[in-house]
Amino acid sequence: MLIEIDRIAKSFGTTTALDPVSVTIPSGALVALLGPSGSGKTTLLRILGGLEYPTGGRVLFDGQDAGKLSVQERRAGFVFQSYALFRHMTVHENIAYGLRARPRRTRPTRAEIDRRVTGLLDLIQLPEIGARYPGQLSGGQRQRVALARALAIEPRMLLLDEPFGALDARVRKELRQGLREIHDRTGLTTVFVTHDQEEAMELADLVVVMSMGRIEQVGRPQDIRQRPASEFVREFTAA
Amino acid sequence: MSDIALATPLEKEAPVTRRQPVTQESRATRVTLITLCLAVLVLLVLAPLGIIFVEATRRGAASALQSLTRPEAVSAIRLTLTVAAITVPLNAGFGIAAAWAITKFDFRGKAVLITLIDLPFSISPVVVGLSLVLLFGANTALGGWLVSMGYPIVFALPAIVLASVFVTFPFVARELIPVMVEQGRAEEEAALTLGASGWRCFLTVTLPNIKWALLYGVLLCNARAMGEFGAVAVVSGKIRGQTATMPIAIEMLYNEYLSVAAFSLAGVLALLALVTLALKSALEWRHADQLAATRRH
Repeated sequence: MLIEIDRIAKSFGTTTALDPVSVTIPSGALVALLGPSGSGKTTLLRILGGLEYPTGGRVLFDGQDAGKLSVQERRAGFVFQSYALFRHMTVHENIAYGLRARPRRTRPTRAEIDRRVTGLLDLIQLPEIGARYPGQLSGGQRQRVALARALAIEPRMLLLDEPFGALDARVRKELRQGLREIHDRTGLTTVFVTHDQEEAMELADLVVVMSMGRIEQVGRPQDIRQRPASEFVREFTAA
Repeated sequence: MSDIALATPLEKEAPVTRRQPVTQESRATRVTLITLCLAVLVLLVLAPLGIIFVEATRRGAASALQSLTRPEAVSAIRLTLTVAAITVPLNAGFGIAAAWAITKFDFRGKAVLITLIDLPFSISPVVVGLSLVLLFGANTALGGWLVSMGYPIVFALPAIVLASVFVTFPFVARELIPVMVEQGRAEEEAALTLGASGWRCFLTVTLPNIKWALLYGVLLCNARAMGEFGAVAVVSGKIRGQTATMPIAIEMLYNEYLSVAAFSLAGVLALLALVTLALKSALEWRHADQLAATRRH
């Protein structure tokens, strides 16, 4: 799905989180929103997901104004920074949640839900953990379960907030590869937020560098490396 | 933290000595502290509780039971249970709503609302009772009108409920707010992005996450609602057999030197509290695994 961000602005009271920003995310791309904390990248992601309302501008999904779409209607697979798994539900119940929440008309049968959950557990290569609770999983496993839960609703796009933030370096590398593979397999337009330039450069097709609520540069990783548009980009992306 | 295991080879060489964990005190200290603790518990909790039942059965269990079948006693028990049955659900609802508003939304005047919720803790119940009389009493404009419509508030069930609701208002909200603050909004947001409606999100995500805190709040609220004396004493008018709740009836009986009847009723009130405690423990025991799972996360 093509996502067009058209002069989106956001302020909380007197503080400006996003100066009007515009960027187009091509359909099927894997895009990184890269920037230091406070650069507005998470706010922008939350606006895409419908968790935050912009104070100005509009977002277009495949050319249609998303402003009127509620968070439920957007069908954005959202992976939260701390994963936000439902702690009182098993992994299976977590992944099935979005399917069970559908209105009766469009809700798959119980057997179909079970089948899909099993399929997703295979996809994240954790086929055995359906009966466990989130508290019994490692950080890396939780992250993958959160991803499976987001994918279960057959989302139109995948939005990830610092998906690898809380993990150690080795697991992080592994999961990066995992996200790339899942993206390539599903072809979903994927946007992830990160403050780690190496992660953005290695994983993304397109990197959006942000600072102080503004977009500094949009480009392919190698373009940003070779031709940084500003002193900020040069410094921030210097490994 | 398996890296710490690097230190073990050194320890293996040392002679095996039975050392207590570093956090454990010496035996003498432990015995003293535990004894002190038990002494306080016995003197301040068990002995007073026990004496109620001793005094109640002083002239035999039959006489204690008989005193409970007198109309005043039956009426007091019925009234107290009625008041609790109305007050507790109301305050569970108010408490959830208040905690939800405070923890999930940002708005102007939040600090004022939090202070207001705590207000009943800091105001003497007698003052609460008096203020209700001043507002709803038969010789006030509002109270007079309600009486003329056939709905007397003061010296009747409504005032007793109002007083109990006011006094017990903070219990549920106060239990819920820290839990909900700690849990944040992320799980609710996740449920919404997965397509759940607000109501479904509340039922399937918020409520299960707060159910233990809610249960504690409800139990505390219930205990206080059944035991409330000061505010109810002022607004009830203490009409024997009509507006005397159990605590009021106990005091009246005691003042009339009917100690068997007073202590028997006190015993029932204490038993009600013990039953709720037992209920809570039984629930915790039955759902121990769930409780552990939700807390470990």
